[in-house]
Amino acid sequence: MFNEAEWNAIRLSLTVSGYVVLFTLPLAIPLGYVLARKEFRAKWLVEVFLNLSLVLPPVVTGYMLLLLFQADAPVGRFLRSTFGIRVAFDWKGLVVAAAVMSFPLMVRAIRLGFQGVDPRLEMAARTLGARRTRTFFTISLPLAMHGVISGSVLAFARSLGEFGATVMLVSQRESTQTIPLLIYSMRDRVGGLDAIWPLVAVSILLAGAALAASEFLERRTQRR
Amino acid sequence: MSHLSFACRHRFPDGFELDVAFECDRRVTSLFGRSGSGKSSILSILAGLFKADYARIQLGDRLIADTDQKLFTRPEHRRIGFVFQDHLLFPHMTVDANLNYGAARESGGTDISYDRVVEVLELRDLLGRRPGSLSGGQRQRVALGRALLSRPELLLMDEPLAALDEELKSRILDYLQRVIEEWHIPTLFVSHGQTEVRRLAEWVYVVDAGHITGQGRPTEALPDSRHDFEGDA
Repeated sequence: MFNEAEWNAIRLSLTVSGYVVLFTLPLAIPLGYVLARKEFRAKWLVEVFLNLSLVLPPVVTGYMLLLLFQADAPVGRFLRSTFGIRVAFDWKGLVVAAAVMSFPLMVRAIRLGFQGVDPRLEMAARTLGARRTRTFFTISLPLAMHGVISGSVLAFARSLGEFGATVMLVSQRESTQTIPLLIYSMRDRVGGLDAIWPLVAVSILLAGAALAASEFLERRTQRR
Repeated sequence: MSHLSFACRHRFPDGFELDVAFECDRRVTSLFGRSGSGKSSILSILAGLFKADYARIQLGDRLIADTDQKLFTRPEHRRIGFVFQDHLLFPHMTVDANLNYGAARESGGTDISYDRVVEVLELRDLLGRRPGSLSGGQRQRVALGRALLSRPELLLMDEPLAALDEELKSRILDYLQRVIEEWHIPTLFVSHGQTEVRRLAEWVYVVDAGHITGQGRPTEALPDSRHDFEGDA
């Protein structure tokens, strides 16, 4: 059903999405909590910056990432010389682009999760002698878990479909072809439009499965 | 020296002004007044859940808050137990886990055993259940047990009977009385109902519009007639 290039694309897409969730979750959880609970003056600025990638044309986001991460840019040079990591035109760029594009979705869901937790439950925990960190890990986080789960699933699914920013930052090459990139490159081949459908089916299946999983997990946490 | 000495001043954004000072040297003291008089804010300030413009709180030999010295002890270090009006049990934990949540607190001096609390408040059959499946009276007992097991030096209760119907009120009153007699924890509770104040309190402060307007034993300080602030609930 799938040839080798297609299998590689499927595998690469899943791997990239997995890394995106893994790396962004530790940032998104505290940020979601702060946005749900704290009021501060520069909050609107944080929100604008956070949600920028939702509304910018993805190729613009990709262009800015390229400016940041290309080999002779400060960040790119630093990563290269300190950690030996190349982001632009490398598979790691796939993770960076997808992470930036899906981060706002993840934070939004997690923030909603925390907003649904009665802050007075946290107060009750404090009067019982729990410090802030213990309160967070035993009360706030478990009660917001459905938000964390649906945020992760959304980010995972969004990463599977990432195209615009990715094309700018990584461009089309054999070793970095995810499902959407491969679909796009097949379009102009002879008989390509007919050959695309298995990948299209996989895309629909993965997205549907991700949403179903989130729905299922959310219900289960709520029942607890 | 009195066990608790409290003074606070605060102006709320809506113009309401709280200006209160009192001492508690008896076992059970009540703040009595209609709803909106500022009683509950006093408890929040005491527990450290709300920062007043000015507050000075001395509990036993510990000064736990003094805005003049920029001293503010966090709620988790105050050793003040709080039974909230709506109980605030942790919905994702069993009754047993709720009861044990505060048990890790630095010792407050009083020796209160888990088994004894479960026995006195008759919680044995509820231990494996989750708060969502409990009745109002059961939740109240769990909330009381949870606060006790954090071994506080002072127990605060916000309208402990307000959410209950008449029959339950008298049953919970029995439990409260048992707790007071068993553990002798200094207790301060807020109420707008005369029944519980007359039955439990040894000293009453009458709170009205953010100020203390009277004090004394319940028989002296409360109006003679049966008219209380029940209707304000």
